[in-house]
Parts: sequence; structure tokens; C-alpha cells
Amino acid sequence: MSDAVLPPIVASPGTSAAEIDARALAKMRRRRWVVLFWQIAILAVALGAWEFTAQRGIIDSFFYSSPSAIAVRLKELLIEGVEGVSLWYHLYITMLESIIGFVMGSIGGIGAGIALGRNRMLGDIFQVYIKTLNAIPRVILAPIFALIFGYNIWAKVAVSFIMVFFVVFANAFQGVREADRAMIANAQILGASKWQVTRSVILPSAMSWIFASLHISFSFAIVGAIVSEFVIANAGIGFVIQLARGLHDTALMFAAILVVLVVVLIAEWLMTLVERRLARWRPAPFHEGGA
Amino acid sequence: MPATPPAIELRNVARRFLSPDGRSLTAIRDFNMTVAEGEFVALVGPTGCGKSTTLNLITGLAKPSSGEAFVFGRPVEGIDPGIGFVFQADALFPWRSVLDNVAAGPMFRGQPKAGAHAKARDWLKRVGLEVFEKHYPHQLSGGMRKRVALAQTFINEPRILLMDEPFSALDVQTRVAMHEELLNLWSANRASVVFVTHDLEEAIALADKVYVLTAGPATVKTIHPVTLPRPRVVADIKYDKDFIALSQKIWNDLREEVKLGAARATASAQGAAAHV
Repeated sequence: MSDAVLPPIVASPGTSAAEIDARALAKMRRRRWVVLFWQIAILAVALGAWEFTAQRGIIDSFFYSSPSAIAVRLKELLIEGVEGVSLWYHLYITMLESIIGFVMGSIGGIGAGIALGRNRMLGDIFQVYIKTLNAIPRVILAPIFALIFGYNIWAKVAVSFIMVFFVVFANAFQGVREADRAMIANAQILGASKWQVTRSVILPSAMSWIFASLHISFSFAIVGAIVSEFVIANAGIGFVIQLARGLHDTALMFAAILVVLVVVLIAEWLMTLVERRLARWRPAPFHEGGA
Repeated sequence: MPATPPAIELRNVARRFLSPDGRSLTAIRDFNMTVAEGEFVALVGPTGCGKSTTLNLITGLAKPSSGEAFVFGRPVEGIDPGIGFVFQADALFPWRSVLDNVAAGPMFRGQPKAGAHAKARDWLKRVGLEVFEKHYPHQLSGGMRKRVALAQTFINEPRILLMDEPFSALDVQTRVAMHEELLNLWSANRASVVFVTHDLEEAIALADKVYVLTAGPATVKTIHPVTLPRPRVVADIKYDKDFIALSQKIWNDLREEVKLGAARATASAQGAAAHV
């Protein structure tokens, strides 16, 4: 009788592309808030429980202190310092030791890693020594360094250095050995000299390995500095912690630990920024939000 | 008339390897090959028969265990600057932009950056990628990356071009497009080419001469001249009568070797399993 006329297609409400996208976006946002909420909630509950149990005497606040007491001590520490010496001075000393140790250790580690990684013979010869030395828990070298260098900053720098050196070295060495053979051959045939191959193929391809180690090794540098300050106790955050132990002042200890924690977090964040800049060529950041 | 030496000559070459457990493996033996200047030679053979080894002997990245390798009449000692190499794997530098990848050769060879970049832009234009100069390799498709690799190789104006299954990772359509691209670039530069592949049609479509190699240890089984006229249209050539006839003829030679190669691969896998 008449042609079948197809009814015009009307999207049922809520099924147009824009609406679907909007819903997905809203869902994504909600998810982010839920994650954030739980992160804050867990912190609040943990701190609250700590405070509550300390107040009620369920845990001994002499040993475990309490968040409120730590907050008070932290404020004093930031404003007045310890025994008339500013916190910033101690922090400066610790950071100076860590940074010098870190920079020297990284440069040394990268240099040695590349040199041994590039030269198979040297690599094979030294591998056993490196492994052995690596097995020494390096902080126990602090007393020896104190004797060798004297009770000064250089003994502490040396501990930081040795902490950083081996980690960076091991990664740089591995990174160099894992460099793609075809890529190296390509560079050679395109006309690269040995040095050019190292600089423009080996180093960049080892960079992700090296960076992964730099992330950890900065906190290692700080560990080295602080532990050696326990031994060579004249200044620094380690000295403050040691002092607090002598005074049975756990709140002060925790406050000092908090300071170190913040410093390490800032350092990690800076490192991630640098890394992102250097690794623009990568498909995706390989360290989501730091190590 | 003083005879000009061939671009490449392998004379009775053998190459042996020692495996880590001390067994000696022969990759190629009694290998003879001569490539004239401007000639396009394809090597076909079963997978893993030692085709790539021949290329490494020409570059000097590997030394023959016996026999001699010559490039432009001189014994191979180190990498000849006149050699270009296109790899099977992605050998672009992922941390360099497309432009810097193409400019790498001239820069390694001491040309100042500005000049190298200008030259690289010119080559990118020839492979149709001038708008991608700021991209990084991971942002390009497989075919585009191969184009960059070709530009990176051709910018050095090689007189000898070695290609190790360069297009084997590409899909069929892209591969044909790359064949056209390669023949186009080559017709301008007329380097002597050694093209290693296990794809017989690819070999015939591109080459002047097809070498069929035996299953490893590889040696030359037969040599087939390809007389199809140039310029060739790779997309259509495989329907050509002569192409089909030649392809059948060469396949008859190749078939046994492929079978043999496969049988050996199975046997050695079983042997390895028995060792474990």
C-alpha cells in the first residue's frame, strides 16, 4: 500500500555521545575524589588512634609520644631550634653532606658504570670485586671513615658517597650492557666514533636505568649522612636525633624524622621533574609520581 | 681496459661461532659472492640460515674465520664510510626527534648542526615526512619509522647499501609502499645493494640478481638473474608472466632448503631439550 517509512532515529535520552562522555567524565572525577577521601581518612584515623591511645595511656607516650606533642615540638624546633642552635643550621649541614655525597657518588657511579660496561674485559675482571664490596652494609663504614677523615664533614660525605656510588654504578653498568645492539651498530655504520657511540647511544639508553637509581640513591645519601652523624655527632639532623635520645625526648625525635621526610619528598619531586624533562621522548612516564 | 673492482666481493668466506657451551657453529661456509657497482642483489634462504652474517662481514662488524672479504677491491678492515645499513629491528634513536635521527649520520661525520639539519629536512621531504620532523619515533607508525630509517641511511649517500630484512615487520600494503619508496630512492643513488630477505617475491620484485642460499651453514646454492625491466611497479609486477615463471623456478630451488632448515630447527630444539 505505502512504502515502509523508517521512523526517524531519535536517540533515547541519555544515550547521545555527548551524554555518555559527560557521564564517563563525571565518573572519573568522582573516582579521584573517592581516592583522595580515603587517603585523607586513613591518615586522620591513624593519627587520631595514636593521639587517643597516647592520651588514654594505652600506649606509653614516653616511648611513642603523640601527634599533638610532636606538633608542639616541631613548632619549637622550627622556631627556636635545639639547645640554642637553629634547626636550619642542622638541616643545612645534613643537606650539604648528602648533596655533596650524592653528586660525587652519582658522577663517580655513572662514570665507572659506563667505563666498565663499555669494556667487556674490565667488566669481567672487576665484576667480582664490585659484587663483594656491594655486599658490605655500607653504613658500617662510618666509624672507619671517621678515623680516616677525622670527625668532620668529609667523613660523613664519604659515607653518603659510598651509599650512592654502588647503587648508581650497578644500574649504570646494567644499563650500558643492555643497550640495544642494533642501535649501536646503526650508530657505528652511520659514522659514529667510539666516544660518539657512548655519548649519543649508550648514555641515553642507560639513562632510564640511571634515573631509577638516582631516585633511590638520594634517600640513601641522606641515610648515609644521618647515620654517620650518629657516629660523628657534632651537627646535623642525625646529631639532633642522637641528642633527643639522650634527653629521652621522643617527640623531638619524631619531629626531626618528619623534617627529614619532608626534605626527601621534596627531593624526589624535583628529581621526577628533571626526569620528565629529560625523558620527553618516551611514550609514557615510567615513574608514575616518583619512586 | 683496467677492470674496476666489484663493489663487494666475498671469496671462499666462512664464519664460525663458538656457543657459550663451547660448541662450534658454522654460520656460513665456502661463500662466494660478487656484487658489481650499481647492482641490486637479493639473498634469499631459510630463516636463520646465516644470511645476516654475510652482511656483517661486509660491514666489518664481524670478521671472516677464513676466506676474504673485499669492498671496492680493498680487504675489509673496519666500517667503510661508503656503507649504509638498514636494520630489521627498529634501530632509530628513540630519544632523538625525527629530524635529529636523520641528521645523525652527517653530524657523526663532523658536519655542523645547521648544515646537517638542512640536509636532513631535504631527505625528510623526499620520503614525505617533512611535517613530522619534530616528532619522536614512538609517535610514528611502523611504516613511517622505516621511511625515517631509509632517510637516515640515504643521507650519507652510501655507495653500498646493505639491508637486513628491513621490511619484514611491516604489513603487506605498507611493505609494497616501502618497496616503491626504496626503488625510487635507489634509482637516484644507484648504490650497490645487498638485500637479505626470506620473502622470495620481495627479492624478485626488487633485485637484479637473486642468490638462493642453502639451509645453514649457508652457502650459495644458485644464482638467478632477474631481467624484468625497470622502472618496476612493485604492486603490479607480481601478476607479470615472467615474474611468475621466475618465481616458480626459484621456489623449486628454495623449497628443499626451507624444508631442510625447518627440520634442523626442530632437531636442534629437541637436542636442546634433551640437554636440559
